[in-house]
Amino acid sequence: MTVASALALVLALLLVSIAAWTVVTRRTFAAVEGFVAYGLLLSIAWVALSAIDVALTEAAIGGGLTGVLLIGAAARLRTAETALSAERAGAPLRWLAAAVSAAVAGAIAFGVLLLPDPAPTLAPAVSEHLPSIGLGNAVTAVLLAYRGIDTLLESIVVVFALIGVWSLAPDHLWGGYPGPRQYADPNSILAYLARVLPPIGIIVGLYIFWVGADLPGGKFQGATILAAMWLLVMMAGLTDAPPINRTWLRILLVAGPLLFIAIGFAGAVTAGAVLAYPEGYAKLLIKVIEAALMPTLTLTLALLVAGAPERTAPP
Amino acid sequence: MNVPTLFGLCAAALVGFGLYGVITNPQPLRKILAFNLIGNGVFLLFGAIARRGAAAGFGGDPVPQGLLITGIVVAFSATALAVALLLRLFQATGTVTLTDDAPTKAEADDRGV
Repeated sequence: MTVASALALVLALLLVSIAAWTVVTRRTFAAVEGFVAYGLLLSIAWVALSAIDVALTEAAIGGGLTGVLLIGAAARLRTAETALSAERAGAPLRWLAAAVSAAVAGAIAFGVLLLPDPAPTLAPAVSEHLPSIGLGNAVTAVLLAYRGIDTLLESIVVVFALIGVWSLAPDHLWGGYPGPRQYADPNSILAYLARVLPPIGIIVGLYIFWVGADLPGGKFQGATILAAMWLLVMMAGLTDAPPINRTWLRILLVAGPLLFIAIGFAGAVTAGAVLAYPEGYAKLLIKVIEAALMPTLTLTLALLVAGAPERTAPP
Repeated sequence: MNVPTLFGLCAAALVGFGLYGVITNPQPLRKILAFNLIGNGVFLLFGAIARRGAAAGFGGDPVPQGLLITGIVVAFSATALAVALLLRLFQATGTVTLTDDAPTKAEADDRGV
């Protein structure tokens, strides 16, 4: 066994043990903390699977934003969640659930061992058409060109999810500020980090967005880092989330997907198919779409974590 | 055993533990967390299959890798919506129980929650 496969084995065992622990531990807060560590280990697993773009996304979203979201919710629900642990399912149901889960896991494992060899792959097809798009990063080419429809629908889905979160506001709070106002000691380490980290984080986020054309990175990873920086400043109480009735905010939230749709339909005239790019302009148009999606994604991802409006709108 | 098969089996175990957590944990936040474990398992299986498709100089098939990025972002937005629903339920009733005899808004107000 080589060193790499030994490391992969240790990683897989760690992942499964932490996952099992987050399910069986009694304290919700501890489970959420375990889940954050698990998210970071999972991003190492993506590196082991040679999926660097996915690893960046997982580290930023799976480990980072999901962690912030769940820790915030666990802190607010601490008493309610503890009271519910008395409702724990009885032994017969637990055994039945264990049997069902083991059967499902066993069926998937069986499928994994029976996967066809050699594996079917679209990599040669991607490689063949990559020069006509002018991008060096095949994953970005898949996201914005070959499977552009998925990315378009996804950018709409995240905005719809935000509309769903906002619509949970009670009537009198509609248009108000999302979430509770955050306060932190101005001399605390959190407030210090919220001043020192964002300038570095903004550069890193924009860099990851820009190199995404040729190297691992892209708009999702970059936007998530920008969103994380904004959330950090919000959590340290140095700034507040904008009230959701702001016109500039609503325009920016739909601008990215709308431009994507416009360029997509323009392709029907200029390149003969919806979401196709005219010869020689593919890279330029892809970067324009990505640049327009950046503010939309940054705002949407951060405001999804900030939550539904809980304070009245300013006059 | 090669690395893609190893993580494929790891993915199967994640789905199993996640499913068990969704069924048995009474707390909704824990169910959301367990549901994310199932999602991670599905993604990891997809990633293992992408790794098996390595060809043409790529470390893995870039088509599933691109779809994975889309999937992770959508899973995050679904989780955020679920957590927002849960927090709203807590604000409205003062509890997050999913049992049938959960108090209504009016009853919760009577109790001064």
